[in-house]
Amino acid sequence: MNFLLKRMKKIEPLFEKGGRFEKLRSVYDGFATLLFVPDKVTSRGSHIRDHMDMKRTMTVVLIALMPALLFGSYNIGLQHTRAFGINEWTMMHMFWFGFLKLLPLIIVSYLVGLGIEFIAAQIRGHEINEGYLVTGMLIPLIMPIDVPLWMVAVSVAFAVIIGKEIFGGTGMNILNPALTARAFLFFSYPGWMTGDNVWIEGLVKGGGLDGFSGATPLALAKLDGFAQMPSAMEMFIGTIPGSVGETSTLAILIGAFVLILTGVGSWRIMLSMTLGALGMGLLLNATGGSGYTQIPAYYHLIMGGFAFGTVFMATDPVSAAQTNTGKYIYGALTGILVVIIRVFNPAYPEGTMLAILLMNVMAPLIDHFVVNANIRRRLKKIRTA
Amino acid sequence: MSTVIKLRKGLNIRLAGKAEKILLPDVAVTRFGVRFADFPGLVARLEVQEEDKVMAGSVLFHDKAFPEIKFVSPVSGVVKEIVRGEKRVLVEVVIEQAGTDKIDFGAADPMKLSRAEVTEKLLKSGIWPVLRQRPYHIVARPGAVPRDIFISAFDTSPLAPDLDYVMSNTHGGHLQEGINALSRLTDGKVHISHEAEGSRVPELKNLKNVEFHAFKGPHPAGNVGVQIHHISPVSKGEVVWTVDLQDVVAIGRLFGTGFHDRERIIALAGPGVQNRKYHRIRPGASVSGILKGNLKEGKFRVISGNVLTGKKISQDGSFGFYDNLVTVLPEGDYSEFFGWAAPGLKKFSYWRTFVSKLIPRREYELDTNLHGGHRAFVITGHYENVLPMDIYPVHLLKAIMAGDVELMENLGIYEVAEEDFALCEFIDPSKTEIQEIIRSGINLMIKEMN
Repeated sequence: MNFLLKRMKKIEPLFEKGGRFEKLRSVYDGFATLLFVPDKVTSRGSHIRDHMDMKRTMTVVLIALMPALLFGSYNIGLQHTRAFGINEWTMMHMFWFGFLKLLPLIIVSYLVGLGIEFIAAQIRGHEINEGYLVTGMLIPLIMPIDVPLWMVAVSVAFAVIIGKEIFGGTGMNILNPALTARAFLFFSYPGWMTGDNVWIEGLVKGGGLDGFSGATPLALAKLDGFAQMPSAMEMFIGTIPGSVGETSTLAILIGAFVLILTGVGSWRIMLSMTLGALGMGLLLNATGGSGYTQIPAYYHLIMGGFAFGTVFMATDPVSAAQTNTGKYIYGALTGILVVIIRVFNPAYPEGTMLAILLMNVMAPLIDHFVVNANIRRRLKKIRTA
Repeated sequence: MSTVIKLRKGLNIRLAGKAEKILLPDVAVTRFGVRFADFPGLVARLEVQEEDKVMAGSVLFHDKAFPEIKFVSPVSGVVKEIVRGEKRVLVEVVIEQAGTDKIDFGAADPMKLSRAEVTEKLLKSGIWPVLRQRPYHIVARPGAVPRDIFISAFDTSPLAPDLDYVMSNTHGGHLQEGINALSRLTDGKVHISHEAEGSRVPELKNLKNVEFHAFKGPHPAGNVGVQIHHISPVSKGEVVWTVDLQDVVAIGRLFGTGFHDRERIIALAGPGVQNRKYHRIRPGASVSGILKGNLKEGKFRVISGNVLTGKKISQDGSFGFYDNLVTVLPEGDYSEFFGWAAPGLKKFSYWRTFVSKLIPRREYELDTNLHGGHRAFVITGHYENVLPMDIYPVHLLKAIMAGDVELMENLGIYEVAEEDFALCEFIDPSKTEIQEIIRSGINLMIKEMN
């Protein structure tokens, strides 16, 4: 590795100010620090620092996403065989079929997103922020598989520029960038983001089996089609139509386990959001009513994007509440809102995305009240003293 | 005895290289220095020039804002150099020791003196700067009467000396006299915090005129600021003072003998030292004496103080005014291939993303590598885990960065010192210079409040 290090050091001056490639400094920096943790030593404050850095933090999230990604690939193939009546495919066949369909989405997402990040880092004179490594993987996983690539590109650009960079970049954004991308497409091109056909590879072009419906469980629930809904076990395992990474609650739970074990994801948000949704579901069950309100409360946890949103979206540390108490409130309210939007909103069958985005906006307010309670405790000490 | 205050938050950094409890004979050095950076916020006015003769206790410089606060020479000799840095900013007064002349400030029983007389003796003898105040963690301002005085009798920072061992080797019985002098300065109490577990040496146990508090928990439980927060926090408008335990002895020695003598026992520790033992040394003494022939091969950083809050000094630099430890740490100026992705069997971390969490070692070698690059604040909910105070660290930091004085005040800036945030800085994956931000916030408060 010394050879490589020497080569890198040798070309480094080219990228510094006044060098031939100074406009590519952020690119060089990004790759150099990816290969080698820099030889920079502490100069102020604590002389020793933890080995943990942003690259490792983000890598942990990427690892946590892998089960959902792998299962999602398999499920693309599986749903395709069901829709088109293909019987002879093996599991591996289905996986590779799905993976190769998914790969272009991932590549486009990273190319466009990282490209913008490199430019932003260059303009600001900062190092590249690793946040997009996660965002760039999340975006393909919350898209319908048949979404056109140019739409992915446009939505990524919108999310990174409008959702993040204009607020000051990573760490300053109010909304979760990945959900911003999805919301952008959802409202701009609803035809590609909703309906019964977009969730299964190839179905938009037609040619599916007669009478086959690619409707998601959520859509079925919305239309009182309870009889046609898949079993709870199927929804838990994830062999249902839906966005690429969201269908398998099981795979997502493995990811949740990784995030909680490493302390990178907030268990407070995951727990309170689950309890919030469950509680709201039970409350609706108890009210009597009919139709959607009577769906078993735990169905809300295994249908649609709830699990994925809870584990990977609502927990985004930048856009979620930042105080521990605030996280409980934020999570619970998000969970409650998901169910309310799902059941009572006439237009959309799914509520996870909108609930999280809405609570992203509310999170600073929640923190404000939590921090104010701390301030009042301090002021009270003065008065009683 | 009082109830035990249990702290769950914090982190013990298991750094290799603790000093063995053996007190080595004195090593003579002739170079002494008083560094200005040891006193944050100080604007100094020199009272000596190069080539001036000084005695132990002669004034070297005073505080511009409070001229009665004097800083004196620890030894007799000649002012060899007044070191200045960029823009002629004062760095250090260097004294070449010669002779043993010392100024006699007069022995006296503090219990028979008035508050004004005790104060005057402390100021005149130049011992005063050992008293530090909260808010701001700066040299105590004379004139104010502190609500209470706090002393920490244990140090939880990495490789810290065992103060029980230090006390049992500190002879002369001046500790009680020091406590008596302090008790004259406040209408409140003199509080001593000690570790709940472990035997307290008789020198500490039998003290009178003090209130004891037992603490249990990881670092920073030994930080006096954390202890104050749990015993009786500092609110707006209040002032409390803090003193290092060994400086209480120095105060006692002043009243017992009449001389300014801050000789103390320190530990020499860290992975870069061959012979890690305890030493008797005066603040300001060049560390060259204890380091000579004692360093391992390689590139090392000498730190006066602990690895979290200490100051980098050269191999013949002056031992800090408030320190009780010299740490020698390997410099981490190497590039690690895919270091951020390595499993990390030998890497100590707060984070559970390293294999070292599964197979813990007793001790770890750490170096000065930053292990990453500077980033914006991203991670939440972890800084709180290493700060055992009812304070929202990130919100306070952001208030400081925004210069919002009122918010800083509301979020508890009066209670904190940079050392209390050292662990937040250590664990931060964004590599923010948190201690520096806290100090800049405190400096802003001082400016706004005067």
